[in-house]
Amino acid sequence: MGAGDLIGSWSLLRQLRGRDRLGRGDAAMSARSKSLAPRTVEADKVVDSVCPFCAVGCAQRVFVKDGKVTQIEGNPASPVSRGRLCPKGSASKQLVTSPSRVTKVRYRRPGGTEWEDLELDTAMDMIADRVIKTRKEFWEWEDEEGRRTRRTLGIASLGGATLDNEENYLMKKLYTAMGAIQIENQARI
Amino acid sequence: MQDLQNSDCILIQGSNMAEAHPVGFQWVMEAKKRGATVIHVDPRFTRTSAVSDLHVPIRAGSDIAFLGALVNHVLSNDLDFREYVVAYTNAANIIDEGFEDTEDLDGLFSGFDAEKGQYDPSTWQYVGAEEAPAAGQRDPAQPAGSAGSHGEQHEAARAETHGSGGAGVTSKGERDETLQHPRCVFQILRRHFARYTPEMVQETCGIAPEQFLQVAEALTSNSGRERTSAICYAVGWTHHSVGAQMIRTAAILQTLLGNIGRPGGGIMALRGHASIQGSTDIPTLFNILPGYLPMPHAAEHQDLESYVEGDSGKAGFWGNMSAYAVSLLKAYWGDAATPENDFCFDYLPRLTGDASTYTTVKSMIEGGCKGYFVVGENPAVGSANGKMQRLGMANLDWLVVRDLQMIESATFWQDGPEIETGELVTEEIGTEVFFLPAASHVEKAGSFTQTQRMLQWRDKAVDPPGDCRSELDFYYELGFRIREKLAGSTDEMDRPVLDLAWDYPKDEHGDVDGQAVLREINGTDAEGHALSAYTELKDDGSTSCGCWIYCGVYADEVNQARRRKPHWEQDWVAAEWGWAWPANRRQLYNRASAAPDGSPWSERKRYITWDEDQGTWVGPDVPDFIPDRSPSYVPPEDAKGPDAIGGQDPFVMQTDGKAWLFAPLGVADGPMPTHYEPPESPVHNPLYSQQNNPSRQKLPDPSNPINPSFSEVFPYVFTTYRLTEHHTAGGMSRTLPYLTELQPEPFCEISPRLARERGLQHGDWATVVTARTAIEVRVLVTDRLRSLRLGDRWVEQVGLPYHWGTSGISRGDSANDLVNVTMDPNVYIQDKVGTCDIQPGRRPRGPALTAYVEEYRQRAGVDPEDPTDGGTDR
Repeated sequence: MGAGDLIGSWSLLRQLRGRDRLGRGDAAMSARSKSLAPRTVEADKVVDSVCPFCAVGCAQRVFVKDGKVTQIEGNPASPVSRGRLCPKGSASKQLVTSPSRVTKVRYRRPGGTEWEDLELDTAMDMIADRVIKTRKEFWEWEDEEGRRTRRTLGIASLGGATLDNEENYLMKKLYTAMGAIQIENQARI
Repeated sequence: MQDLQNSDCILIQGSNMAEAHPVGFQWVMEAKKRGATVIHVDPRFTRTSAVSDLHVPIRAGSDIAFLGALVNHVLSNDLDFREYVVAYTNAANIIDEGFEDTEDLDGLFSGFDAEKGQYDPSTWQYVGAEEAPAAGQRDPAQPAGSAGSHGEQHEAARAETHGSGGAGVTSKGERDETLQHPRCVFQILRRHFARYTPEMVQETCGIAPEQFLQVAEALTSNSGRERTSAICYAVGWTHHSVGAQMIRTAAILQTLLGNIGRPGGGIMALRGHASIQGSTDIPTLFNILPGYLPMPHAAEHQDLESYVEGDSGKAGFWGNMSAYAVSLLKAYWGDAATPENDFCFDYLPRLTGDASTYTTVKSMIEGGCKGYFVVGENPAVGSANGKMQRLGMANLDWLVVRDLQMIESATFWQDGPEIETGELVTEEIGTEVFFLPAASHVEKAGSFTQTQRMLQWRDKAVDPPGDCRSELDFYYELGFRIREKLAGSTDEMDRPVLDLAWDYPKDEHGDVDGQAVLREINGTDAEGHALSAYTELKDDGSTSCGCWIYCGVYADEVNQARRRKPHWEQDWVAAEWGWAWPANRRQLYNRASAAPDGSPWSERKRYITWDEDQGTWVGPDVPDFIPDRSPSYVPPEDAKGPDAIGGQDPFVMQTDGKAWLFAPLGVADGPMPTHYEPPESPVHNPLYSQQNNPSRQKLPDPSNPINPSFSEVFPYVFTTYRLTEHHTAGGMSRTLPYLTELQPEPFCEISPRLARERGLQHGDWATVVTARTAIEVRVLVTDRLRSLRLGDRWVEQVGLPYHWGTSGISRGDSANDLVNVTMDPNVYIQDKVGTCDIQPGRRPRGPALTAYVEEYRQRAGVDPEDPTDGGTDR
C-alpha cells in the first residue's frame, strides 16, 4: 500500500470525505471488517419464534446452520416488539447453546450422595411405576364427611408458565384423569 | 400493549416496567413522545422513574391507601365521568340495608366471622335481587352463605373459581340513577373512602400532599370524553396479602374515570413469564379447568347438572357454561363421554378446599404428599420461604425435575442451605430424584400466550440434544406408559385414565404433533371439523373443545396463532398477527368505547361504534359485543344468557353487564378495597385498629414464623424485585455468561440514612435477617431508595433482587428465603413485603446461622407455639 493509499484509507479522512459523516458505517470499517459478513447471512434457514423470558412476547428469528442455532434476533415485523429484544432476549442463543445445559438424565437414589446415570427409557418406566404406586397409596373415594372426591392427594405438580399451551393442556388432562388436584404453576406465585 | 401509545397519561405502579418489561416499555415512550404524562409510583427510583415526568416514592405495601385517596379525590370533587358511570357501572345499585362499612366497624365489613377468618357476604347484596338464590348458597367455593352449611375453611380460591366473569348475580337489582340514594353504591363508595385524604396518604405512604395532588390532577385532567389514562402494574401489586384488592382499587379508579374499554385506557397487567397467561387460561392451577371453568367441589358438584346449575341462569356468556363444560368433557374422554353417563363428569376429581402450592408444600412437610413434578420452575429459589420448599422436597418419596440446567430444586439434597446448617443431612434424605433434561423454546413447536392474551406460535428450529425432550413428549409418553401398565384393570379408579382420549398423531420425527393438540383445544364439530367460535359450542355432546375461550384459534383449519403479517401491512391494532382470545379480540369490553347510544365518546377516542345503516358494530377491532345488538335493545324480563345483555351493557362477561365498583359477591376480603398493613409492618394502621387483612390466610408451621409487627428487633421494611438482566429464579439467566457478567452477584439497595444508622459501607457485605433466616448480600448505598417520613417517624426500606441461589455461574443467597408465607385469601399468593434487620458483615456459617436467627426470634418474641401470630389480631 502506497503512502497515498494509506492516508486515503485513514478512517477520519473517509469520514470527512464520504457520506458516513457520523463514522458509524463505512468510514469506521477496516479492510478486514469490510470483508466480514454477519453469520446470519450464512444461515440455512430462519425460523419464526418467540422470546421465552417475560410475557411481552417479543418475536424472534432463529438462524440455523448445519442443524445448530447460530444466532437469535428480534423480528422487526412484530407489532408488539418491532424487532427489539432486551438483554435477556438478546442472550437467548446462550440459553440454547449453553455448555452447562444438562443433556443426560440424572438420577439420585434415596439417601444417595451423588448423581448417577440412568437411561431415559428406564427413567420413564420408573416414573410411571411410581406415579401408579403413589396414586393408589393416597387414593381417596370420599373425604372425612363422606362426600365423593375421587382423587389422590399424593401427587403434586408445579410449573407451566414457561411451557407451551399445548403442554399445559396435556398436563392438566393427564393429571385430572389421574385424580391429582395439587397442580400449580408460577401464576400462583 | 401497543395501545398504550394512545394514552394521554400513564400511571405505572407496582411495576418497574422499563427494567422488567423493557421492550413493552417502548409504547410508554411512544405515548410520552405524543405528549402523554408518565408517572411512576414506586419505593425505588429506577430506570422507569428516570424517564417518567414524575416519580413518587411510596412505602411498599401501602398502595391501597394511595389509590383509595385518588378515588376519594375523584368522588369528592365530582371528577368522575358521570355519564359512563351511570350507564356502565353498578354505581346506581342499591345495597342491602344490613350492610355495614369498615368506617362503621373500625376496619371490618358486616358479616365477618372472627373464628373462621371469613366473611358472609349476604349483607353485601343488591336490593331487588333477593328472589334469586344467593350465589353463596349455590357455590361452595363462595365464602359464607355456604360456609355455614359446609363448614369449610378457606375454600378454593374464590375469585378465580368464577372465571373471567366473576361471581354471578341473577338480577340487575334496584337502581337509582340520580346516584342520591344513601345506600346506592356511589354513596357507599364515597363514604368508604372519605378518610383517604392527602394527609392520610402522607401518614400511610410517606408521600407529600403536593405530590399526591400532582398525580390526581394528571389523571383526572387526562380522563373523560376526549382523553384517556392507562395504569400499568405487575407483581408489585399481585404479591401482597391484599393483592387482589390493590388491583381492584385501580379498577374502581379507572371505571370512575371512564377509562375501561377505550383506546389508551385500561389496566395493563404486565405478566412475567412467556406463557404465564396461557398457563392460567389452560391452567396448571388447582382450582380451575381450561377456560376458567371451576374444578368441581365435593360439597355441591356431584353431577353435571349441579355443576352447571349455578351458571345456567346467568346473563351474559357464562350463561352457556354447560356447553363449555360438556365440550371439555368430550375433549378429555372422547367417545367414552355420553349423555347417558353424564359425559364422564364423575371422572373429575373434586376439591374440598385449598390445594394451592404453599398448602401442598406444608402437606409434603407433614407427609401427606409424596410425589412431585417440578417442570420449568425452581421453587427452592423462586417461591417464598425457600426453607419450607426444601423441607417439603426432602420429605418426598420421589421428585421429578425437568429443566434446561441443574437447578437448586434438583440439588437441595446436595448443596441446599439446610445441608450447610446441618438441619438436613444428605444421607438421611429419602427423596428419589429424577432429573430429566428439557427441550428449549427453539427445540419444539408450540404456542405461548403473552400478557395481552395473544397466542403466538413458534416453529421448531432444531432437534433437542441428547435426552432433552419437550414437556409435550414427556407427558404424552408418561400417559402412554401409565395407560399401558394399567391396561386391563377393572378397578373403577383406573377408568378415567383408561378412557382418556390420548391418541395424538406424531410428526416425521416421531414427536407428538403440537398443532393437533392446539386443534383439540380449539374444538371440533360432530363431523370433526375445526370450530371457529365458542358460540358454536353445544351441550348435547356434538361438539368437543379443550378450552372454550381458545375456540377460533384453529378456525378454518388454520393455525391462526402462527400468523405473522408485518405491522407495516396493517393498522396499529394488528389483528392479523397471532391470535388473541376471545374471538381474536384485542381490547376487552370495547363496547364501552362508544357512548350508550353507540356513537363515539369523541372523535379523538373513536374505536368501536354502532352503524345504524348496517345494523352492526364496527371498528378496527372485533367488537366485544353481540355484533348486531342495537344500543336500544332492552332484554325481556325472563331472558337468559347472552339474550339478557342489554344494548347498553358493555361488560358482557359480568352477569349484570355492568362494571362493579362494589362487589356484592366473589371477593373474599370485602366488597370494597381497604388499606391494611402487610402481615409484618413497623407501622400501626393509620386508618383502623384492624391492623392486617382480617381474611388473610396464614400458613402455620414451625418453618414459617412471622416477625411481630412494630418490633424494634425487625425495624425495617424489605421488598424484593427483578433486575433486567436476570429472570425470576435464575435458572434461565444465572447460567448465561452475558447476563451474569452484567449482574454478577446479589445486593441490597439502601438509603444513605439507613447506611449511617447501621454502619453499612457501599460495596461491603451486609446480613439481612428475618425470623425465617439470614442472608448476605453486597451493599449498594443510593439516593434511589428514599427514607420516608411518616408523621413523626422515619421508615427505611431495603430493596432486594431475588434471582440467586447455590447453582449457576453467579451464585449467592436467595432473597426469597427471607420472605414469609401469608396469603391473599382470594388467590393464595404470598406477601413479598416484610420486616427485617440489617447488619454489616457476612452472615454466620453452618449451625451458627441457625443459632443467630434463633437469637433474633427470641429477642423479637416470636411465639414458638404459634409462630404465625404476628401479634396484630385483636
